Amino acid sequence: MGFSIYDFSDFINNIHAFLSETFSPVAGNIIGMVIVAACFLGFIALLGLSLVYIERKVCALFQQRLGPMRVGKWGTAQTVADIIKLIFKEPLMTKDSDKFLFNLAPFIVMIAPVMAISLIPFSKGLQAVDFDIGIFYIVAVSSIGVTGILLAGWSSNNKYSLIGAMRSGAQIVSYELSVILSLLTIVVLSGSLQLSVIVESQREGWWIFRGHIPAIIAFIIFIVASTAESNRGPFDMAEAESELTAGFHTEYSGIKFAYFFLAEYVNMFIIAAVGATIFFGGWMPLHIGNIEFFNNAMDLIPPVIWFFMKVSAIIFLLMWFKWTFPRLRIDQMLTLEWKYLLPLNIMNILLMSIVVLTDFHF
Amino acid sequence: MLSSIKKYFSDIYNGVKSLFTGMKVTGHYVTHPSEIITQQYPENRDTLKMFERFRGEVVLIHDENNEHKCTGCSACELACPNGTIEIISDKAIDEETGKPKKIIDTFVYHLQMCTFCNLCILACPTDAIKMAQTYEHSVFDRSELTKVLNKPGSKIMQGIK
Amino acid sequence: MEEVAQNIETQEYFINMGPQHPSTHGVLRLMLTLDGEIIKKVEPHLGFIHRSIEKMCEKDSYQQVVHLTDRMDYLGCHINNEAVCLTVEKGLELEVPERVKVIRTIISELTRLSSHQLWWGVMGMDLGAITTFLYGFRDREMITDIFEETCGARLTMNYNVPGGLMFDIHPNFQNRTKQFLEHFKKKLPEYDELLTGNVIFTERTKGIGYLSKEDAISYGVTGPSGRASGFSCDVRKKNPYSAYDRVDFKEILFMEGDCFARYQARIAEMWESMKIIEQLIDNIPEGEYKAKTKAVIKLPPGEYYQRVETPRGELGVYIISDNKKNPYRVKFRSPGFSNLSALDKMARGFKIADLVAIMSTLDLVIPDIDR
Repeated sequence: MGFSIYDFSDFINNIHAFLSETFSPVAGNIIGMVIVAACFLGFIALLGLSLVYIERKVCALFQQRLGPMRVGKWGTAQTVADIIKLIFKEPLMTKDSDKFLFNLAPFIVMIAPVMAISLIPFSKGLQAVDFDIGIFYIVAVSSIGVTGILLAGWSSNNKYSLIGAMRSGAQIVSYELSVILSLLTIVVLSGSLQLSVIVESQREGWWIFRGHIPAIIAFIIFIVASTAESNRGPFDMAEAESELTAGFHTEYSGIKFAYFFLAEYVNMFIIAAVGATIFFGGWMPLHIGNIEFFNNAMDLIPPVIWFFMKVSAIIFLLMWFKWTFPRLRIDQMLTLEWKYLLPLNIMNILLMSIVVLTDFHF
Repeated sequence: MLSSIKKYFSDIYNGVKSLFTGMKVTGHYVTHPSEIITQQYPENRDTLKMFERFRGEVVLIHDENNEHKCTGCSACELACPNGTIEIISDKAIDEETGKPKKIIDTFVYHLQMCTFCNLCILACPTDAIKMAQTYEHSVFDRSELTKVLNKPGSKIMQGIK
Repeated sequence: MEEVAQNIETQEYFINMGPQHPSTHGVLRLMLTLDGEIIKKVEPHLGFIHRSIEKMCEKDSYQQVVHLTDRMDYLGCHINNEAVCLTVEKGLELEVPERVKVIRTIISELTRLSSHQLWWGVMGMDLGAITTFLYGFRDREMITDIFEETCGARLTMNYNVPGGLMFDIHPNFQNRTKQFLEHFKKKLPEYDELLTGNVIFTERTKGIGYLSKEDAISYGVTGPSGRASGFSCDVRKKNPYSAYDRVDFKEILFMEGDCFARYQARIAEMWESMKIIEQLIDNIPEGEYKAKTKAVIKLPPGEYYQRVETPRGELGVYIISDNKKNPYRVKFRSPGFSNLSALDKMARGFKIADLVAIMSTLDLVIPDIDR
């Protein structure tokens, strides 16, 4: 089959050819899609389980605790036990809630990350869809999630949920701008919106090093804005446990609650993956210019490992934020966006354009 | 104008710097797992030792001959603010003098009502009762918390009045 | 635009905050009237944990009254006990040994430290930094260990009896306390690094929940909350009891009157408490740990009042005696109740998130409010 851990494109093409030969080309395509979809569903489930476990362990380390230790060795089966518990819990509903929207909301929240994850290049050739407007698509799709949050808050018929949903709406709509602009800063450098091209363009060094000052500023803005977009602390105003009990998902229980929970973690993965792809070269190993022996040595580590190393580093950073900082207030958060991040971002794009025009990057 | 721009950027700088100061503190603990303070409770039962003054529950001290020092004077019963202790006493004849005297029949202790204030221990004139260092008091039925402290067949020590 | 806004029919938004709510610290119910997120009115409703402690005191002997006060302000229980004992001693005109005074002062200050540590952790958690909660508890654990070794319990210690202490201090007490001071001197600057200097924290607290000095006095807001408004009300300075007349410490005063001032007042109080303990810990005089009292205490007929400084403010104990072995009437002037009464004044015009910050800087303990 031509399987290689370093380059998946032959392997994928062979499978595709095999399916097209065995069945008709159309049926082969459809079967291929189903296989990919199943893979992604499995991956998302696994991702949710492992990220919840990692988050709990990392949080425990920050707080001088051990974290889950009981179920399985070092508590590794804790999240499995939690999911089983959530599945068997009664799905409660408030009396006058809008039943249709109430049940719809968790799925809408879940759709956004599932649609976005298909664009992520996990390794060379290991990418489900490769649009030439990849970044644009991811940004557009990931804002669907806010609809789900608004619906959840509205249909719960709970005042706390409604406040949480309204906060979330204001938050995501404004922080979207900063995410897009910070990503565009790198697009100015790489000259393409296609994710595979952006990764390929970092063969001689990651953009965060080659783009120096403007790229680092863009990365900081991206991390801050995307933390806010994923409703994670210190921007978890929509949940705001100490103010609104649980915000928009106060009234959800059982598996519907699990969907919100899962969506948060998959969103976090997507943010980390996009950040890693745009700023840190995705699956591209660490290359420094044309130093042959160094680049060859780095190439020995498979690209998949590089990708997941970078993603975990960014996820760790996000967790570090969440477990260190107090929460902002809603108006301060909007001030941060409109008075600080957005002007800085626009100045940064200008700076980046000058850098690109004068060829002042590495 | 220039000063306000300067202030704008110095605000950003100071803000980001203060955030990094906080992250340094939490980061320190991630890199120092030896400072973890969790005690894994049910596992460390064997090594977990309470301080000697810890108030777990009231016990009546019995020696190896199954004898205790309680005269049934009910000073502890009076000292208790919550009616935790009930002493049901009996009349008996003193073997030496032949006079009637009071002995305890049952020393009832309601653990569910006890606030562990230690007043009964202070009140006891013969030091017959003390606080034990037990700490696992959960039971399935509330009635199990009502305890009889004098052991079956026990009697008062010689020479305790 | 404004014309449109005027023509839209709007409604006031009413929300029940509590009795089950993460940041009301117990069973306090707040009825909030909101305009969007802005608070128009706060109405606290009490009584969810009312146990009629004052009435229960009337059937108890004076020794038994002490243990009930553990259940009022459970974070400053030693100071509550001390207040009752001081009142009874005042009625008996009993002079307690010097050793008792010094030990009571040390343990009072340890109680204050442990209460402020817990407050600091909870304050961080209310503002969304959950890690501070664990750090606060980590340091508090050392104090509760000291208490457990000497007093026999971690929270409801009941270490005081009228006339002195229940038993002498444990031989390890001084060593452990010194170890704790050494440890906490290194950890307290961490508190500043995590919260005090943090830009998000200062933004959340500066200028929030302003209480003027006049309002603090008229609402009777005492303790660190009152002193942050410039109301000099430290009973330890104004009306020294136990060994406070012989130690050197500052009364912490801030003039800003906002959440950040109240926060700073408590952090500064922790340093002062450590200073007091340091002065006394090596100078505990030898002597009896309890003055001689009768087994049945009867106060001469009359009224007795004693006030002390708890971590939350001024606690007053008022006892009327009619020469029986139990008091005729007991009244506690609890600091939390008066502090809570100023909440409406402070919270109006701010947002829900600010209300949480204001409540946590008031350091409410609900059993202390309801009794």
